[in-house]
Amino acid sequence: MQPLFQQSPGITLRLILLGALSVSVMTLDHRFDHLRLVREQIGLVIYPLQILVDMPARLGTWGATALSSRTTLLRENERLRSDRTLMQAQLQKMVALETENTRLRDLLGSSSKVANSVLVAELLAVDLDPYRQQVLINKGARHAVYAGQPVIDASGVMGQIIHAGTFTSTALLISDPSHALPVQVDRTGLRTIVTGTGSPDRLELRFIPATADIEVNDAVFTSGLGGRFPPNYPVAVVSSVERRQGQAFARVYATPTARLDRSREVLLVWHQPESVPASSESE
Amino acid sequence: MNSWLRYWVIPASFVMALMLTMLPLPAWAQPYRPDWVALVAIYWVLALPRVFGIGLSWCCGLLVDVVQGTLLGQHALGMAVIGYFAQRFHQRIRVYPLAQQGLLVLVLLCVKLTIVLWINGITGHAPDNLLLYYAPALIGMLLWPWIFTLLRDVRRRQKLR
Repeated sequence: MQPLFQQSPGITLRLILLGALSVSVMTLDHRFDHLRLVREQIGLVIYPLQILVDMPARLGTWGATALSSRTTLLRENERLRSDRTLMQAQLQKMVALETENTRLRDLLGSSSKVANSVLVAELLAVDLDPYRQQVLINKGARHAVYAGQPVIDASGVMGQIIHAGTFTSTALLISDPSHALPVQVDRTGLRTIVTGTGSPDRLELRFIPATADIEVNDAVFTSGLGGRFPPNYPVAVVSSVERRQGQAFARVYATPTARLDRSREVLLVWHQPESVPASSESE
Repeated sequence: MNSWLRYWVIPASFVMALMLTMLPLPAWAQPYRPDWVALVAIYWVLALPRVFGIGLSWCCGLLVDVVQGTLLGQHALGMAVIGYFAQRFHQRIRVYPLAQQGLLVLVLLCVKLTIVLWINGITGHAPDNLLLYYAPALIGMLLWPWIFTLLRDVRRRQKLR
């Protein structure tokens, strides 16, 4: 007969061991990249569940299109056709500018820029931790996606890939407090770093001296420093500048141009830094 | 070997819990999402402590870390701690009335939320609104009677002791 109050032996010991294991796993994951394989393997197991959860949203979009009236579809078709003609016209001008740019750079003896190749991807309708600004993308290592790859949407820079699984990848958005992006103010050429604050419509420009020339509505673009993001992609627009008496630095906030909490389609950019690449740390 | 197949309901309940954790919600509702995996784990530790204990709770926490995109080991540590308390005191907790169990579940969920909060604070992801941060624990407590009855019926149907 079993004793009345049976206690599992060594449960406290197991707690201590698991606690120590957790702390070491967290340190390894936070500081180094050693656990990438573990995360990928577990991610493979989780992948079917993510597809299952994403399916209703996908079916919803498909259903809405399948059931649209013919008039709506014809109208949308017309609109897309005229948009495309407009964009092709603008593209011609850009091609001409690119050729001129290459020619001028040759004259000056600098290396020419290489066009970035891009891949269209979609966000999976799967929620991640609400206190981190991360999104799940439906392309992974089998599409040659790599960790550190820039992610942009139609209006601006969204973030970078931090985990590239086999079929899906996780991207960190620029609105996450742990993300820092080297940028340049368009009007003045001032170089600075933009970090997230945790909210999708507010970024902070750091290390701006109180005497710097910066004002509301200044456009901010990537500077390409650090080798991770290609230069001259739009990032944000300055929304507030606060200079306090006696403070050496100004508090500058900006609104991102990318639609961080609304975009469904994103672009993954392959970027080769031109000169000697900077250190490979992400922040 | 065959007897282990009867325990399929345990992984199945975790699959449901993980899917509920991933379910897309509107931005305003996301902070209120209860910790489904923790609630299911607490039930199984209370019901079958010899089968599902602190070790398996830790593993489920690791799964949550991969699913949520948090630091590997963050939720695992939280789950190990509540698994410890649930396993240690399972004999006493199991005979409490549901309402009192609910209060204990509230405490356990708050402990896990606090552990995760500490780690988030270290990595720079501290939430601004602490009251909102602990809301899932309250909702978890309110859901506990339903989850307990549901899983207990499932367990009894499979005759798992």
